[in-house]
Amino acid sequence: MEGSSCDLFEFGHRACGGCGAALAARLILDAAGKDTIVCSSTGCMEVFSTPYPETAWKIPWIHSLFENNSAVASGIEASLKKQGRKEKVIALGGDGATFDIGVLCISGAFERGHDITYVCYDNEAYMNTGIQRSGATPYDASTTTSPAGKCSLGNKRQKKDLPAILAAHGAPYVATASIAYPADVKKKIKKALETKGPCYVQIHAPCCTGWGFEGEKTMAIGKLAVETGLWVNYEMEEGKITRAKKVVRKPVEEYLKEQKRFRHLFKPKRNDEEIGKIQAIADRNAERYGIDLKIKKD
Amino acid sequence: MMEIMEGSHAVAHAVKLCRPQVIAAYPITPQTHIVEALADMVADCHLDAEYITVESEFSALSACLGASAAGSRVYSATTSQGLALMFEVCYNVSGMRLPIVMTIVNRSLGAPLSIWNDQQDSISLRDSGWLQYYAQDNQEATDLHYIAYKVAEDHDVLLPAFVCLDGFILSHTYEPVDMLTQEQVDSFLPAFSAYQRLDADDPISFGMYATPDYYMEFRYEIDQAMKRSAKAFSSAGKEFAELFGRDYSAPVESYRLDDADTALVAMGSICGTAKDAVDEMRKNGKKVGLLNVRAFRPFPGPELAKALSGVSRVAVLDKNISLGAKGAVALEVKDVLYGSGIPVLDYIIALGGRDVRKKDIAAVVDLAEKNQGDLFYGLRKEVL
Repeated sequence: MEGSSCDLFEFGHRACGGCGAALAARLILDAAGKDTIVCSSTGCMEVFSTPYPETAWKIPWIHSLFENNSAVASGIEASLKKQGRKEKVIALGGDGATFDIGVLCISGAFERGHDITYVCYDNEAYMNTGIQRSGATPYDASTTTSPAGKCSLGNKRQKKDLPAILAAHGAPYVATASIAYPADVKKKIKKALETKGPCYVQIHAPCCTGWGFEGEKTMAIGKLAVETGLWVNYEMEEGKITRAKKVVRKPVEEYLKEQKRFRHLFKPKRNDEEIGKIQAIADRNAERYGIDLKIKKD
Repeated sequence: MMEIMEGSHAVAHAVKLCRPQVIAAYPITPQTHIVEALADMVADCHLDAEYITVESEFSALSACLGASAAGSRVYSATTSQGLALMFEVCYNVSGMRLPIVMTIVNRSLGAPLSIWNDQQDSISLRDSGWLQYYAQDNQEATDLHYIAYKVAEDHDVLLPAFVCLDGFILSHTYEPVDMLTQEQVDSFLPAFSAYQRLDADDPISFGMYATPDYYMEFRYEIDQAMKRSAKAFSSAGKEFAELFGRDYSAPVESYRLDDADTALVAMGSICGTAKDAVDEMRKNGKKVGLLNVRAFRPFPGPELAKALSGVSRVAVLDKNISLGAKGAVALEVKDVLYGSGIPVLDYIIALGGRDVRKKDIAAVVDLAEKNQGDLFYGLRKEVL
């Protein structure tokens, strides 16, 4: 597949069929090119791509620990600077590494202003350990540590607004993207790498195993997240929202009903109150980011 | 050139002469003076290094890990809680065979909080795959840095190294130090040459995961490298002695042990006091000697067994305690002397900065002669 992303992220890795994160890896490397050093955190992507002695990474790649990829990336960047080398540095982590255990290191690296791009593949839970909630798990999602039950509706909190937190560090470029919009992912990765200073790109990466849908539906699920307003693709430059993808919004239940993690909202009986709360989250997103397409009606 | 210097500043100066390219460090007592001095050198363009002011010790060593993997000679320093926070990264650095040198200004671990000296911090990392060298005085503390870089970066070794000096007792004490010149250090320590590095022109993967089919072999390789490092330490020490006249080539230093009945075994600055105590006891007719353990990892078993072969008893001064067992040095000594019939008595001493004087060393020898050991020395009466 000459000229395709497989040039740099080799096929034959151990990801599930339909893995959104694996697609994210291909898009990231396709956009970044060969003069890139990737520093991964522990997680699904690290494990499925590097079972010794095999590696899927055809660029220089390092994995140290779960929570330190941005600190390791800081050191790599400093070393390259000292050596006068020009490779770009990407710190790459899942949402558990990025939103939770690695926040200290990310905050430090962004405050210090290293010229690195942090990319989070956000599959909205700890998938490598078997689907436990993280700070990125959406409201009401059932995971193995936030299970829906007789007196539980799943995860009690909304996603942490990490892009805003990192923008508040003075990051010159912060963006969100979705694997369902590959060209947009590549454009944003390129822009982040071309922007001097610490940049952040958070890529929505549906997980068929963790969310409970068939692997061939990954792209469709990713699209529905955007089309319902539960995920917004936007850019922040110097702390201000400069662009957001506009959509003709669909009701959130079209997204929710496709996934087992939200099944308890529909079975044994439909929970209109909770679905209404999730619809309100989408409505607030729409207002905050201005994503509603105004359609002229004849 | 002989200069009167604070231990921390002497170490910082020695580190500068090693030409580190990336430094990442975080302030913590009693290590802070070292990284402050290095920051001054960078600020005044006396040291051409990238200095990363990280937000924690955990990130300090993580940044060092990245910089080392990218192909730079790197440096950090820490102590106590800072080293404890680095625990996870320490194992990672040795596992990836990155020759990072880090100064440990030895301090006790809380709780209760104590900023004062013992060696519990570095001892607690004894299984982490880092070489561990302990300095007896500030001259040795500086010289061991040159040697540590040389050993760590030896392509037959490729392991990280701690150079340990006792907090306050050495770090904050002014002593005469013969500071080498840049030309002298350059003649001993060659420019850094990475065995492997992150490089777009020759991409490799660092830190992959290993299934049960492969993991053990990685650990075996690290252990083998540890063993090879003993030879590298010896030859680096000999080369250093030929060039500069100070000989650290032996991993253990014997002091008046030849005809000794009682052999003290200790590490670090306490050896200076112990040598004076030995001299006094010898004057009073007691046949006492000292074995200073300079290299704790790899543990110099054969050299230690040889040095102690003729003694009647061994009294180990442990500035640490493996709670529920014994002092870590005594455990090693017992292992080495197993089957020799020589009794090994352990004395947990000087924890949390409690002062040790010559009379305390003499008291330990008295206890050993009465075969009373395996105890905490000098406890307050109310806990007994």
